[in-house]
Amino acid sequence: MQQLKRFSGPLPMPQSPQIPSDGWRWFGRGLARIGSIPSIILMFAFIGFAGLARDSGFTLPETMVMVLTIWALPANVVLIGAILSKASIVTAAISVALSSIRLMPMVVAIMPEMRTEKTRKITLYLAAHFVAITAWVMALEQFRTIPKEKRIIFFLGMGSGFLVANVLLVALAFAIADDLPPLMAAGLIFVTPLYFLFSLWGSAREKQSHYAMGYGLALTPFFHWLAPQSDILLTGVAGGLLAYGTGELVRWRRG
Amino acid sequence: MTFDSYSAWYWPYLFILLAGWLPTDIWRFLGVYLAGHVKEESNLLVFARTLATSLVAAVIAKLVLYPEGALAGSPLALRLGAIALGFAVYITMGRKVYRGVIAGEALLIGGLWWTHSLPVS
Repeated sequence: MQQLKRFSGPLPMPQSPQIPSDGWRWFGRGLARIGSIPSIILMFAFIGFAGLARDSGFTLPETMVMVLTIWALPANVVLIGAILSKASIVTAAISVALSSIRLMPMVVAIMPEMRTEKTRKITLYLAAHFVAITAWVMALEQFRTIPKEKRIIFFLGMGSGFLVANVLLVALAFAIADDLPPLMAAGLIFVTPLYFLFSLWGSAREKQSHYAMGYGLALTPFFHWLAPQSDILLTGVAGGLLAYGTGELVRWRRG
Repeated sequence: MTFDSYSAWYWPYLFILLAGWLPTDIWRFLGVYLAGHVKEESNLLVFARTLATSLVAAVIAKLVLYPEGALAGSPLALRLGAIALGFAVYITMGRKVYRGVIAGEALLIGGLWWTHSLPVS
């Protein structure tokens, strides 16, 4: 089969970038990452998220629009939390904006690796929408083995694949959520904190990010007690400042 | 102006777009714009990352400490034990995310089953 494919092309150089099907091959390789282990963990997290949204009283179309337009799972969870605590649209938007700030440095880090001089602006903005923890970590792993001019099409395939697969999965999860045994529903919801804890730890670029995780985890109960409606926002700002300060202090003491 | 303020069919979607999509994609789009202008080693980006990481950590902590839905009735000590075991397995066994997830889930589900702490429906 492999042999047949290789020799059946009408042109003698099937590897040439001028052949459109070559681009689709890289798009397909990106799509195929749907079957990878991190992607399957992400799917479990989204099944859990669908259960959370349903239990919180959101409709299926509302939940699908959330996943499609926001995509990043923490921002989705933060938005649901804000709505449940009867936050105003402005408070909810601020909480979501703060939880999504991390997407900016993630995009900044990945863009130079897949941008070429020929890449159109609109393509880059589309690719940026697919940036979330799983696709980002996987792209940084895979890019080393992919020719630079093929990375953007690979990333578009992977990103759109993850997004569409999980939007459809949310619909499926809504339909079967009633039939899930409570033990399984509880297990699925718990995948999200486990998965985020480890992938966040693994994707840290410097010590300060690990400090920030420690401060963020430790400060949450205090700010939840102090101001339950803005605990995530306050914890994020306080933990972030403390982590950055600790990093500076450690550097200063080492001279 | 909360999620339930108006009964118009489009209000929940408008709320999701303005309070969800806009404040999320604005950072992604800003990232594309800045990619050509800011150095990856810049201190501003280090601070942006610590702030962001701390926020996600708070999201994680809330999911474990104050869960909604099916986990709401489970013992806190079990959830803390499961996340701690998962993290220990992740750190000591080759930093594979799936290993930590399996370990944490095994303790949580085993513990819930053992203690009968979930209502059987």
